[in-house]
This record gives sequence, C-alpha cells and structure tokens, in this order.
Amino acid sequence: MAYPSRVAQVRLKNLTKQFDGVTAVEDINLDIADREFMILLGPSGCGKSTLLRMIAGLEDPTEGEVWIGDVMVNDVLPKQRDVAMVFQSYALYPHKTVQENIEFPLKVRKVPKPERAAAALDAATSLGLAEYMARKPGALSGGQRQRVALARAIVRKPAVFCMDEPLSNLDAKLRGETRAELIALHQRLASTFVYVTHDQIEAMTMGTRIAVMSRGHLEQVGTPQEVYDKPASVFVAQFVGMPPMNILPAGSLEPGDHLVGVRPEHLHITAEGPLTMMVQLVEKLGHETLVTGVVGSKRVVVRQESDEAHPVAGDLVRLSAPEATRHRFDATTEQRIDR
Amino acid sequence: MKRRWRDSGLATLMLGPSAVILALFVIYPLGKAIWLGQQRCGVTSCTNSGFRQYIDAFRSNDFQDSLIVTLKYALITVPIGLVLGVGLAVLADKYMRGVSIFRTIFSSTVATSVAVASVMWFFLLNPNVGVLAEWIGGRAKTPGLLQSEGLALWAVSASSIWANLGFTFIVVTAGLQGVPKDLYESAYVDGAGGMRRFTNVTLPMISPTLLFATVVLTTRAFQSFGEIDLLTAGGPKGETTTLTYLAYGSGLATSNDDGLRATVSVLLFAVLLVLALVQFRGLEKRVHYGN
Amino acid sequence: MAIDQVHGARKVGRYVLLSAMAVIVLFPIYMMVVGSLKPGNKVLVHPLLPTDFTTSTLREAWNSGHLGRALWNSALVSTVITIAQVATSILAAYAFAFLRFPGRSIVFVAFLATLLVPLEATLTVNRRTMQDLSWINSYKALTVPFLATAFGIFMIRQVFLQIPREMHEAASMDGLGHLGFLWQVAVPLSRPTIGALALFSFLSSWNQYLWPNLVTTNAKYNTVQTGLKALKSASLDKPNLVIAGTVIVALPIFIVLVAFQRQLIRGLTAGAVKG
Repeated sequence: MAYPSRVAQVRLKNLTKQFDGVTAVEDINLDIADREFMILLGPSGCGKSTLLRMIAGLEDPTEGEVWIGDVMVNDVLPKQRDVAMVFQSYALYPHKTVQENIEFPLKVRKVPKPERAAAALDAATSLGLAEYMARKPGALSGGQRQRVALARAIVRKPAVFCMDEPLSNLDAKLRGETRAELIALHQRLASTFVYVTHDQIEAMTMGTRIAVMSRGHLEQVGTPQEVYDKPASVFVAQFVGMPPMNILPAGSLEPGDHLVGVRPEHLHITAEGPLTMMVQLVEKLGHETLVTGVVGSKRVVVRQESDEAHPVAGDLVRLSAPEATRHRFDATTEQRIDR
Repeated sequence: MKRRWRDSGLATLMLGPSAVILALFVIYPLGKAIWLGQQRCGVTSCTNSGFRQYIDAFRSNDFQDSLIVTLKYALITVPIGLVLGVGLAVLADKYMRGVSIFRTIFSSTVATSVAVASVMWFFLLNPNVGVLAEWIGGRAKTPGLLQSEGLALWAVSASSIWANLGFTFIVVTAGLQGVPKDLYESAYVDGAGGMRRFTNVTLPMISPTLLFATVVLTTRAFQSFGEIDLLTAGGPKGETTTLTYLAYGSGLATSNDDGLRATVSVLLFAVLLVLALVQFRGLEKRVHYGN
Repeated sequence: MAIDQVHGARKVGRYVLLSAMAVIVLFPIYMMVVGSLKPGNKVLVHPLLPTDFTTSTLREAWNSGHLGRALWNSALVSTVITIAQVATSILAAYAFAFLRFPGRSIVFVAFLATLLVPLEATLTVNRRTMQDLSWINSYKALTVPFLATAFGIFMIRQVFLQIPREMHEAASMDGLGHLGFLWQVAVPLSRPTIGALALFSFLSSWNQYLWPNLVTTNAKYNTVQTGLKALKSASLDKPNLVIAGTVIVALPIFIVLVAFQRQLIRGLTAGAVKG
C-alpha cells in the first residue's frame, strides 16, 4: 500500500510561538527527514503539541518558517499542506458511520464515490475495521475508535502524518499492541511521521529519532539509543529512562564541581563503594528489584537483579558506579560535559 | 496576525442579519425611548426636559399606585407559583406507575397562551355563566370576583399562577433529574428522613433551577399585560393596573403619555437588569460548590 | 433504587394527592371544552357535564371570530419567525463559537445585553418605526422585528462550544471550510438544541399579545391572540362563544406541544442549566 514517494522532509527554521505574550515555543530549528518517524517528547506544557500544530497548520507561527518538501507553508491552509493528523481525542464525527468518517476527507476533496469507497475499505481493512464500517463511533471500543482515526488519516495518503498523543486514551495492554502496529504502519506507508508523546517508552520503541523538549526549547535530538546513552542535559537524563537517572551532588562520587549522573542499573551495592546510602524502600518487581534510599539529601534508586542479595529498609549500604557509566553535567548549565 | 483578520469578513456576514435586526428593533428603540422620556411636548413642539419628566412621572400617583399593584402581584404570584410548582414536581418525581401521565397533565398549562388562559378564567369567573362564580357565590356572583375591590388582583393572580404552573413544573422537574442519585442514597444511609432529605439535599441542589424560575416568574409578573387587558382592564378602580398596563392599556388616560411609557420602560429595564445580575451571581456561586 | 420507590399507604396517599392536583390543574381546561359544546343558554345547566351536546357554538365561534383567518395568520407569522430565528441564530452562534475576529467578546456581550431589554421598553419606538415605514397592518410589522433573537444565538452558541475544538481542527485538516463544517458537522450535532429553539421561537411568536395589538387594527391581520380579544369584545353577552373560540385557538398548539414535549422541556430549561 506504499504510494509514489513525495519528498516530505519537514524543516522548522527559527520557529517561535507566543500566546498572548507567553512563549510556548522558542526559536526551534529542526530537520525531520523524509520517511522518518520523529518523536516530539517532553512533559506537558513543553510546547511539543504547539510545534506539531504549527506543522499541521492549526497554529500560525509568531516567527520563523515551516517548510514541507520544498515549500514554505506558513501561509498554506492545513487542508492544502498534504498533512494528516490523528488527534488525542480522535475527533471522529459522532453522527457519521465509520465508513463515512473514513471517507470524509476524500468526500470533501470531491473524490468520486466508488473510488473513495474503495480507498476507505482499503484503509479500514488494513487496520482490521472492515466489519465495523456501518457502525457509529459511539458503538466502538476505544481501540477501534483510535483505528478509525488512523484510517481517516491514511486514506488521504498524506506525505506527513502528525499524531498528537494518539495512544494516551488506551489502556496499557492495548497501547503496547498499538505501538507495534504503528511501527508496521510506518514501514508500510513509507511516509513521514511526526509523533507527539510524553511517554518515553513510546518514544524509545517507535521513533527513528527523538526530539526531547522542555519549556519551549529543544533539549536534544537523536536516535533513541543516543538520547539514552548520551543525554545532552540533566533534563533529558531524567526524562528518558525509568526509573530516572540518579543525579549525584558535585564531589560525592568523584572529585570536581560537576554533577554526576548514574542510571539505576549502573549503581552497585558493594562493601567498599565511595557513596553511602540509607535504604528506605525495597521494591521486588519479579524480574528486578528497585532499592530506594538517600545519599546525603539526594534520593537515589538502585536497580538490582532479582537474584542478587537485597538490603532491607534501614540498612546503610555503600554504592559504586564504574567510571564508564558515569554521565557528567555542568553544575550551573546542567549541560553534558564530554571528556 | 493574518489569521486574526482572516475570519473577519465571514464573521461580519454571519453576524450581520442578527446585528441589523437587534440594532434596529432593540438597541435603537431603547435609546430613543430614553431620549423620548426627556421630551416634554406641548401642542406644537417638544422641549428637552432632562430627567425632570422621569421624576415627575415617577412621583405621579398613577405611577406609584401601579408600581404597588405590580409589586403586590409579583409577591402573590411568584411565591405561590413556585411552591406549587416545586410541590408538584417533587410529588411526581418518584418511580411510580403512571407518573408520566401526571407529568404531562402538570406540564399542560404551558400550552395555553396568556390570551387563552385569561379567557378561560374569565369564563370560569364570569358572574352570569361561570361555574366557579356559581360555586363560590356571594361577591363572586355580585359583582363578580374580577369586579370586586380587594379580590380582583387575587383572581387575576389565580389565573396567572395556573398559566405559569406548567413552566415551573417542567423547569423544576428537569432540575430534580439533575440531582445525582448517590447524594440521596448517602443521605438515606446517613439516616435522613424524607423531609430532611428534601431540605438538605434536594433544595440546595436545585437552587440554581429555583433561582432561574424565580427570575422568569418575576419578570413575567412585571411584564404582565395580556391577563390584565382581558380579565379586568385594570379595574376595579385601578386595583389591577400594573405598570405595563398603565403604559400600554387601551382606554386609559395615560396610554399615550410617552414620558410615562419611557419611565415605565426604563424601570422595567432596571428591574430586568437587577434580576439578571442576581441570577448571574447565583450561578457564579454555584461554581464554588464544585459543579 | 430503594429510596425512590414508595410503598403501601404512602403510595396510596401520593396517588390521591397527585390525582387531586391533576383534577385542579385540568379543571379550567375541562370546563372550557364542556362549555364550548353546549348551546349558549344551557351553560349553567349541569355545568360539569356535556349535556345538550352541540357543535353549533364551535361553528358559530369559528365563523363570527374569523378564526380560520386568524389561525392561518398565526401559523404564517410564527413559521416565518421560527425559520428566520433559527437561521440567524445558527449563523451568529457559529461566528461567536468558531471564528476568530477582533472584538469578538465585546460584540458578544453587546448581543447578550439585548436580552435584558424588555419588549415593553421598545414598543413605543418600534410602533413609530412601523408607522414611518407604513407597515401598520401588514405581515412585515408582525414578523420583521423578531427575525433575530439573542436568546437563540446564546442557546446555539452554548451547544456549539461543546463541540470539541479538535473536531473543528480535524475538519479543517480534512479540507472542510467554515460553511462546510457548519452544515455538515455543527448543525447535525446540535439538532436537539436547534429543535428546542425552533419550538421555543414558534411558541413565543404564537403567544405574542401586546405587539400585534399595537400594530394591527385591521381584522384581516388578526392573529389568534388578537382574534380572541376581538371575539371577546364583540360577544360580551355570549361567554361560551368566546370559550368555544378559545378551544379552537388552543387546540393546534396543544397538539404541537404533545408532539414535541422533549424539545419543549429542553427549550424551557436551557436558561436554567447554563447561565
């Protein structure tokens, strides 16, 4: 079902958006390659949705440019941008059947009836919706509605797909399944995906690259592995990875006035470690065990294999972290320092 | 910036028809009425008398008498109408066989216009052929309730309460259905009896509805015209001459006095404004209940 | 629900009370119907029962009150006003709910403020306007001032605002313009409220009393309300002729209301639910 390729790289140049003087997105430069699955990741209010909506044409940039392919689209209406969007709430038309919902973008574009029925059936079949075509959205489950929203987007064969937290209304199990399907869909359609989420698991599993955002700024852009292995800032280090990376005070693990970050799996409980932790909580999750405590005044989490010897709450234990697993950040700018 | 203006043309087209009608037939006449109220007209010319004419009209006996009549009328019809409406709505709010028939019956008076309701009551109270007059006897027979000093306003009120009952019933019933069931259940579990549940759960929860009904009924009382016109023509001895009837009733000496009409208009406007503010404040308050 | 059910003696008591109130509420209507089916001289003979049954009173009322004409006028005037109010309200409500333009909230408040102006405050001047336009005794006088209503605009705007913003955005991504969205999405989704407004508009204009009295003097333009008044003043000595006329006039609106009970309730309570 892949269709003739259109060059659909998205380029954002010095993009800024203010709402009534409040800056939501500030001076963002981002190149999204053709056929890339780009994730915009960040906490709520970081500006990721605003960025997506500017790509889709639902918000006008205050400053800067949005390019899709070779066209500067600032003044192009959403419907003319060759962009489809899947909304968090799905935004299905409750008074129309599944069939009518999926066909709707084609109907508006005056595609002849037999043609659009065939396209709708095609899209619906690929998402396992063929048997629900006559139902109204109200008679569907959350997962089915989500698929209808996807079908409505793919039926147009757009060059760019924008998705705004499309999985956040699904339960955990369904979310896992749908993640796999979205990856398959991306490969099948061979078009550009821009996907907004605050869920780092979605970001790590689906994205070809992740753009981590905080307070309207880009913190880091890179492949999931790069972002995990070499977080560019304390913010990224703590936002990506679960439980988050431990940030230790300057001078506690190694000399120097920089902060040191260590992921929970890289901290080891050893008799002669340089850090002393007071154990407060031991959580046995089956495949692993999380040991939470304080080092000085800092909360620290250690991840252990389930067959290791675990301390109990109230124990004083010593911790060490191998040199190669340490991340160093400037104490004032909180930016990564690479040696 | 561009998008801010992009919709302006379309907005103008869409708002245009309503704007023209409302400007020509609501805003302009209101302003003109206030201005007319300041005109003192002789045989050939008019002079601007400022607000003197309002004050004169306000001070006149006719005006003050009918203001009192209007207030009395509101004080009779609003509380009684409200109590009856709430009582019927609560009575018909339980799951019982056939309750929907009662609901339809109690709602039915909304179908009667002012004219229909008034003629109906005129017939019932007619001293010659009215069955109610016949049963009540005494002054209801001669001269008739609508012609009796001291009783006419009550007779008009009966007609109006009856005519408004359907409206009150429907509104309160809808309000009752909006009260969450679990509130009643928790009060029931707490051991509150029927009366206590009514005062502690039902009344506070439907207070916005009651406020709305009160405002509408009061507004209607202040605007009452048709029932006066058809039942009593303002009599006897002006006892049922409400403000609106004083200004617009046919055959009264005052009915062509623009100054008086303007004063009545402005006063009604002020009353409605106050009522609207009261309602607005009441709804604001409800937000604080977390609703 | 246990506490919602009533049992035993209390249940009987409640039925008795409900029935008594129903009798009281229905009594005037019943008397009117019975009265209209009696000849004029027998009204007080067995007043509660339809003895001496005759339709001659109804026929006489129909003829002497020109009620056919009045019903037609009322139907025409109310239909025109209803269609116009629904149309103007939908358009204006859309602008307020979905369009972005400078001064939107100020304009909205100005529209809303007209709700506070009582009809009585505008009658004198509007009547003069009708005179100046030579519209006295015309359908234009009966309809034109009421072709738009802030109440309707407010009511429709409220329901439009409940349409999720994302749905509007999805439609614009789908390529739908404003008019397309209004017609294909917003209006279908708001059908119940639009129905309620239509019924409310129809009832209000059907029930207008003071204004038709002021701008029509010719019986040709009598609505049912003014026609009833004319019948009453022309037949002071025949009360049951008047009451027969009332039955004729009330019947159509009764039928309309029974048919559209749900819309009516929605219309009447619209003000109570949301400011």
